[in-house]
Amino acid sequence: MTTPGTTGLILEEPLLCEQSVKGRIGFSLPPSGVPESNLSNLPKSLLRQKSAELPEISEVDGVRHFVRLSQQNYCKDAGLYPLGSCTMKYNPKTTEAASKIPGFANSHPLSTTEGMQGNLKLIYELQEYLAEISGMDFVTCWPAAGSHGELTGMLMIRAFHESKGNPRKKVIIPDSAHGTNPASAAICQYEVITLPSNKEGILTADAVREVMDEEVAALMVTNPNTLGIFEENILEICEVVHKKGGLVYCDGANLNALLGIVRLGEAGVDVLHFNLHKTFSTPHGGGGPGAGPVGIKKKLEPFLPTPLIIKENGTFNLEWSRGQSIGRVKAYFGNFGMLVRAYTYIREFGPEGLRRISEMAVLNANYIRKNLEGTYHLPYSKPVLHECVFSDKLQKEHDIKTLDIAKRLMDYGFHPPTIYFPLIVPGALMIEPTESEPKASLDQFIEAMKTIAKECQDTPEIVKTAPHKTFRGRLDEVKAARELKLRWTT
Amino acid sequence: MEFPEDLKYTKEHEWVKVNGEIATIGITDYAQEQLGDIVYLELPAEGEAVEQGEPFGVVESVKAVSDLYAALSGTVLEINDPLVENPETLNEDCYEEGWLIKIKIGDPKELKNLMDCKSYQAHIKEETA
Repeated sequence: MTTPGTTGLILEEPLLCEQSVKGRIGFSLPPSGVPESNLSNLPKSLLRQKSAELPEISEVDGVRHFVRLSQQNYCKDAGLYPLGSCTMKYNPKTTEAASKIPGFANSHPLSTTEGMQGNLKLIYELQEYLAEISGMDFVTCWPAAGSHGELTGMLMIRAFHESKGNPRKKVIIPDSAHGTNPASAAICQYEVITLPSNKEGILTADAVREVMDEEVAALMVTNPNTLGIFEENILEICEVVHKKGGLVYCDGANLNALLGIVRLGEAGVDVLHFNLHKTFSTPHGGGGPGAGPVGIKKKLEPFLPTPLIIKENGTFNLEWSRGQSIGRVKAYFGNFGMLVRAYTYIREFGPEGLRRISEMAVLNANYIRKNLEGTYHLPYSKPVLHECVFSDKLQKEHDIKTLDIAKRLMDYGFHPPTIYFPLIVPGALMIEPTESEPKASLDQFIEAMKTIAKECQDTPEIVKTAPHKTFRGRLDEVKAARELKLRWTT
Repeated sequence: MEFPEDLKYTKEHEWVKVNGEIATIGITDYAQEQLGDIVYLELPAEGEAVEQGEPFGVVESVKAVSDLYAALSGTVLEINDPLVENPETLNEDCYEEGWLIKIKIGDPKELKNLMDCKSYQAHIKEETA
């Protein structure tokens, strides 16, 4: 078998500023219809003393610049992108097409509610679909990212406790949760209690019971967790938390493993956020902004962010003021273009299709895990769902680190997996192939990983100095971080 | 990896050197290696109080951002200013040039919560098992 990595001619490309030629123009503007204003009335401190150093280039310079940069790039449309925890699945082109429908693409956020009935209907129905998928009672689509969803959810939890007279002081977070969870809790002024997971990599109800008291506002759990393992004690854990009046927040970033199989709302979860840019395939990374809707149980309904979309006699209206609401969390209507894509994705696949997505995502991750077991160290032996975590323990004998393995993978034509996360696994390699990959591409990836393991024994220098075939060799990441250059100067 | 015998250690991979009423605190060889290339340090101001087991500063490497935990309670007497300017020294010499803060020990009884070099090495072994 061969792996996709090969060499090819890639063109050097200087910065646009470096290509600037005085007087070169890339467009011609029609005469301005706006009369020139007199700037002499403005305070001198507001006037620029030196003209801005904008690049002066032609249209062809600009087009070549961005085409060449795009050829130096690697993307999901080019190949496997197994970034664990990120769910870099293929983004179907139908969802892109839907977002470009003029009625959606050209709609104005300040138009009247009569003028945006279609948009409101789509958001309303998306809320209902997400509620149905997760077993939650209500969903808000306004948060613009997963972490923003966490903040919105935690603000609702705080408002809930405040309405009962005591906002409480603490939030429990297991060490296998997502890294943003402690930050979200801290921003809501909660003290974070970190709870270690057990030897199997999961949380036990007893561990929660030990720290659970009436000052704990919530437990924040990621399920499946960052090791890719299902938190199988979730039912009992929710009971323990509820008994002391606490709430359970579930980070739904790994929902891609559970569609149509588990409804976390039924397990007792009170607040759950969705990452539309992961599970529901809206583009992310450099490709687009995120979207982090939040699902809640009925008891939290009074605290939902405004505006609320209300359906009356087939018409959609906006409710702007609510006594106990946490208020607005985002200007206008969330990242609307992402909501259109996620809606299209759900409608296109339907219930059976969504379940099949999760089944294939889990199958693919387990196929990689099984095939690389023994070649790479598996710190946890419990079966996984949508992703698997290896470490560099076996390769360390040859003085090779996770970073070297990741760099060498590029030579074989793959984007490296997530590395050094989760933190509970030293030298972690976190692999999430997603359902998008056919078996042939998984086999190529496995082959590359096995070849690298062999190189670690036979020719370690090749791995330590990788990548060799990429446009640039190993970059000096430390220098880039220590000597920040944030603007161009001549 | 080196773990000098005259130092005391914490579970969070800090070391302490006690000299009368004064304790010097830093991070261990194991910690600097796990962090990788260190690019930024945030230390408390002189005169600030620190509490055993509680964060007193932040260390950022190309891999991660981590809290620094005080090995003992006390008052900050001195911080290693040159280190803040050149955090890479932490990777090169974490026990001498790479010390972080000196404190006036608040409660000498807390010393018994610290590990000697042997139990610290056992702790690392357990953590990486």
